Amino acid sequence: MAEPLLKVEHLKKYFHTNQGTLHAVDDVSFTLNKGETLGVVGESGCGKSTLGRTILRLYEPTGGKVFFEGKEVTSLTKPEMKALRRDMQIIFQDPFASLNPRMTISETIGESLLIQKIYTRKQGPQLKKRVLELMDFVGLSPRLVNSYPHELDGGRRQRIGIARTLALDPKFIVCDEPVSALDVSIQAQILNLMQDLQDEFGLTYLFITHDLSVVKHLSNTIAVMYLGQIVEHAPSLVLFEKPLHPYTQALLSAIPVPDPDYEVNRVLLQGELTSPVDPVPGCRFAKRCPYASDACRKADIPLKEVQPGHFVACTLV
Amino acid sequence: MKPSDAKKQRTLAAETWRRFRKNKLALSGMIVLLALVLIALSTIVIDLVTDNAIYNNYVIKQNLRLRLQGPSKAHIFGLDEFGRDIFMRMIWAVRYSLFMGTIAIALSTVVGVLLGSIAGYYGKVTDNIIMRFMDVLLAIPSMLLATAIVAALGTSLTNVLIAIAISYVPTFARTVRASVLTIKDQEFIEAARAMGASDLRIIFKYILPNSMAPLIVQATLGVAGAILSIAGLSFLGLGIQPPTPEWGSMLSSARSYIREGWHITVIPGLGIMITILALNVMGDGLRDALDPRLKN
Repeated sequence: MAEPLLKVEHLKKYFHTNQGTLHAVDDVSFTLNKGETLGVVGESGCGKSTLGRTILRLYEPTGGKVFFEGKEVTSLTKPEMKALRRDMQIIFQDPFASLNPRMTISETIGESLLIQKIYTRKQGPQLKKRVLELMDFVGLSPRLVNSYPHELDGGRRQRIGIARTLALDPKFIVCDEPVSALDVSIQAQILNLMQDLQDEFGLTYLFITHDLSVVKHLSNTIAVMYLGQIVEHAPSLVLFEKPLHPYTQALLSAIPVPDPDYEVNRVLLQGELTSPVDPVPGCRFAKRCPYASDACRKADIPLKEVQPGHFVACTLV
Repeated sequence: MKPSDAKKQRTLAAETWRRFRKNKLALSGMIVLLALVLIALSTIVIDLVTDNAIYNNYVIKQNLRLRLQGPSKAHIFGLDEFGRDIFMRMIWAVRYSLFMGTIAIALSTVVGVLLGSIAGYYGKVTDNIIMRFMDVLLAIPSMLLATAIVAALGTSLTNVLIAIAISYVPTFARTVRASVLTIKDQEFIEAARAMGASDLRIIFKYILPNSMAPLIVQATLGVAGAILSIAGLSFLGLGIQPPTPEWGSMLSSARSYIREGWHITVIPGLGIMITILALNVMGDGLRDALDPRLKN
């Protein structure tokens, strides 16, 4: 059994809004092993991105604990946190917004090395060499070294984002929908690149996406989120073979199949996503669930291990 | 852009200059300003070398018999209401009008940028304290504020500078705060934070370079406004004291003689206008040149 790299326990992130307390991440727990990929899927606004950012402490968690290599992350001081940022990195969704438009590619990639004082300004030649090496890793031509982000297409920009992340030689990367802003053909390139890098550097990914087909071939395990909570967490193949939670079943049935003769057997959900502001106790999904009973509405449903490694939060199983 | 260009390491200054050069209008604005700076510097040197002889004999020398005489070969801009040579006065006035305006705005830009970026970046209580204070300053008309400050501190060049600088701080703080607010929530700021960048680094390397455009426009307009404010203070007797030449005070004292001699109002007015125009076109050019997205 691989050793756990990241352990999240009862993580909570609430935002205070004028309407009330928004439960963006509500009591999420999971363990992620070294070198593995956890896919986090769910619809827009279910708290996937907030989860990733809270783990990295880009948002201060409201409650719960995050252990990285056994170290408790949420109680670290500022300098300790800065040191830890070498190991925990993030790749952003929007390659247009996540790069400083005033910095050239080499500056952007070199920036993290300067911030973490791996190189100083005086070590220009070494820094440049490292930047070119990183550009090579992610498949960027060295002639782009002094270009600005606006001169490049989305795929190349995302490669810059990846190179910047890799510069610090991290162990764990939160990938916040890294391909959803890209064309399908570019998506495949970037995904392949990320997989190659994982093999080469032994990276651990938390892969956030709303696209199930993307996580299917990347992830070892998949966690399905609904309104801030994990409703099902299982090894990738098991989840696709035998989804147990009604929400997962509905999600899976929504994957388009490129076969005109395929008989669509969609589980259509009724109603809207309920509001994450001051949620009532009970299963968050109960209002839209075709099988909901009174038991679902009474109290929160905890995750239950139905098979080794397969967790579901549902009264039906 | 040719691919060969890309290989060369380009510094920001060189790159900005390369782009600035292509804007002929901005370039001519810069040439006008450089010429003015040169004029101002040479008058200072002349005064030092000649021990104010030229200043005393030509700039403030009165000749009441020739008062209000129009432009002629001997006096190409004519003479003013005391028979002083307007050309010489215009030349000697450059240092006050241009330098004081520039210095005052430079001061208020520095203070305004600091206050505005701190307020915008940290938000909440900090923002409220700083910006409410700025609001108080803004609520008082800047001319009145400057007048009050000069009246309180006493009339001197430094005090006029300080007064004008203070009265322009709120506009800069507001402008900077607004752009900081739009930029600080963008993903590249979050990326910097994820790398462990400090607040100072984020403000100076990520936020401010991306909020230069409104700031530069504001600053060039500010210099123009400051020149007018200095003129206004001079007119009230609080700025530069006669007989020291200054475009604004020349213009305002000439006002009463506008029906007897057109040239004594038009010439200082043209001087102010040309300077301000040059500042504005150069500011526009600079803003465009500093933005790598508006390449070529």
